[in-house]
Amino acid sequence: MPKVTYVQQDGTQTVLDLPAGTTVMRAAVAAGVRGIVAECGGNLMCATCHVYTGDGADGVFPGATDDEDELLDCTAEPRRDNSRLSCQLSLTDQVEQLVVHVPGAQT
Amino acid sequence: MTRGAGGNDAGGHGGVVVVGAGQAGVQVAESLREAGYDDPVILVGEEPRPPYQRPPLSKEYLAGKLPDAELALRGDRFYEDRGIRLLVGRRAVELDRSGRVLTLDDGTVLPYGHLVLATGARPRPLPVPGGRLEGVVGLRTLDDAQELCRRLESARDVVVIGAGFIGLEFAAACRAAGLNPVVLDIAEQVMGRAVSAPTAAHFAEQHGLRGTRLLMGTAPTELVGRDGRVTGVRTADGTTIPADLVVTGVGVLPNTELAALAGLDTDNGIVVDEYLATEDPHISAIGDCAAFPDPRGGGRIRLESVQNAADQARCLAARLTGAARPYDALPWFWSYQGDLRLQIAGLATGHDHTVVRKDERTQGLSVYCFRGSSLVAVESVNRPADHMAARRLLASGVTVTPEDVAGPEFSARAHMARATDSERRAPA
Ligand SMILES: Cc1cc2nc3c(=O)[nH]c(=O)nc-3n(C[C@H](O)[C@H](O)[C@H](O)COP(=O)(O)OP(=O)(O)OC[C@H]3O[C@@H](n4cnc5c(N)ncnc54)[C@H](O)[C@@H]3O)c2cc1C
Ligand code: FES
Repeated sequence: MPKVTYVQQDGTQTVLDLPAGTTVMRAAVAAGVRGIVAECGGNLMCATCHVYTGDGADGVFPGATDDEDELLDCTAEPRRDNSRLSCQLSLTDQVEQLVVHVPGAQT
Repeated sequence: MTRGAGGNDAGGHGGVVVVGAGQAGVQVAESLREAGYDDPVILVGEEPRPPYQRPPLSKEYLAGKLPDAELALRGDRFYEDRGIRLLVGRRAVELDRSGRVLTLDDGTVLPYGHLVLATGARPRPLPVPGGRLEGVVGLRTLDDAQELCRRLESARDVVVIGAGFIGLEFAAACRAAGLNPVVLDIAEQVMGRAVSAPTAAHFAEQHGLRGTRLLMGTAPTELVGRDGRVTGVRTADGTTIPADLVVTGVGVLPNTELAALAGLDTDNGIVVDEYLATEDPHISAIGDCAAFPDPRGGGRIRLESVQNAADQARCLAARLTGAARPYDALPWFWSYQGDLRLQIAGLATGHDHTVVRKDERTQGLSVYCFRGSSLVAVESVNRPADHMAARRLLASGVTVTPEDVAGPEFSARAHMARATDSERRAPA
């Protein structure tokens, strides 16, 4: 079962054990993780589900599509090499431990 | 002082009670807790289930792509973890303003320090005979969507009345289910006055190409049936279009009854000021049910969107925790109809001029709507980056002229970057 750790800017963490099939965004919204706004419900329309991926992300997710890439240029906090939209990060059993950092602002 | 700007009147006497456990109600409860509010927060909802998202109901939910559990607005433990008392399956029926108590349909009496009306809206009934036949369905709630899913399995002839967002989204979902729906509307233009003519024309053409029959300028006069079940839609020119499923999407009516019963001012919504306060300092209204002053000078408006519900909720929570500011968020909206993804930044109402930019490579399109020489809205089809940049442009007040947009190299993003850059360089 994938285990995802959401790290806030102030260092506080939320650790969730999640079933494969959900996304990093949906799981965060369901659990009320602060800072994942996800206003469009995962439809690649809002860029308010931005995260910086950390440990455990290498090679387990497909790369960003063109649409995601364009939206990543429009996030509230600066884009970095490890920026992703969490609604596009589907958890599979390949993901064991994943750390994502939540940016300070989404809107 | 502007009424309602006094800020924190939410303490004591029962804390905050929210009527309506939808997008706006859930957000105000969450934002209150996030701001450190620690008096009771009670969320009352008429629907018999925890709060859920509506947008997917006319889209991926119908396509069977989203299980019920994923529709929830928040997880099961969310409310308990935050000390938000969620009372679902109960309707608020009476509001005593002088005693500051709310009564629910099961007799529960809830005293409040501040009352938030987030009651949403309901589908406008079809103003023609036959609207109650079996097989005629509106689309607002999960119950409606579940009924539609069931009926879509066996439906053959689907007619959609109303070529608005929900009607067209539903039509696209029908096509995905292998049906060729007929959509009719009294208006000549799809999506009414919510979008500009070029955007409407683009959608009409694309829906047609994908197999939807659009009958614009066509008024339904009667729904006909046999044994209580709908069999067709009769139109003003006397023809009858066969139908075993009729979906109505002819707009909504704001749920203002509770407010009106309590003597609050209503006018196409519960009337509030720029702080989202009603005339009663202990009562506010947000979301689909609230008629508020347009911060961009368009008079009193009422909007139906997730953005409006969520941003108004945040604004109100800030006031109730001592950080009052007028509501002035830039409206934005999305709708996707099959593979056509529409996003709107700003409000196109009252525009008098458009400049269209097409992207041949992606088949995308952005329509820039101007009132006089000022940009008031940007509608984008399959151009999410244009939309995001347009939101920044409109919110920042950076000047954009029709000539700018018509220039060969124009992009909203580059324009924004240039403008903020030159501002930064300009002497203070
Ligand atoms: C099918 C559909 C598709 C949509 N698609 C989009 C989209 O793509 N993009 C977008 O931005 N917006 C979309 N919307 C609009 C968006 O869902 C609404 O604007 C939003 O839900 C408004 O939130 P609200 O909290 O004001 O109202 P609601 O979400 O309607 O919540 C109000 C709640 O209050 C309850 N209630 C009313 N009266 C009482 C009472 N007296 N006592 C107790 N409870 C009461 C109601 O039962 C309801 O559950 C869509 C709406 C629908 C129906
Ligand atoms: S939730 Fe809107 S882009 Fe991810």
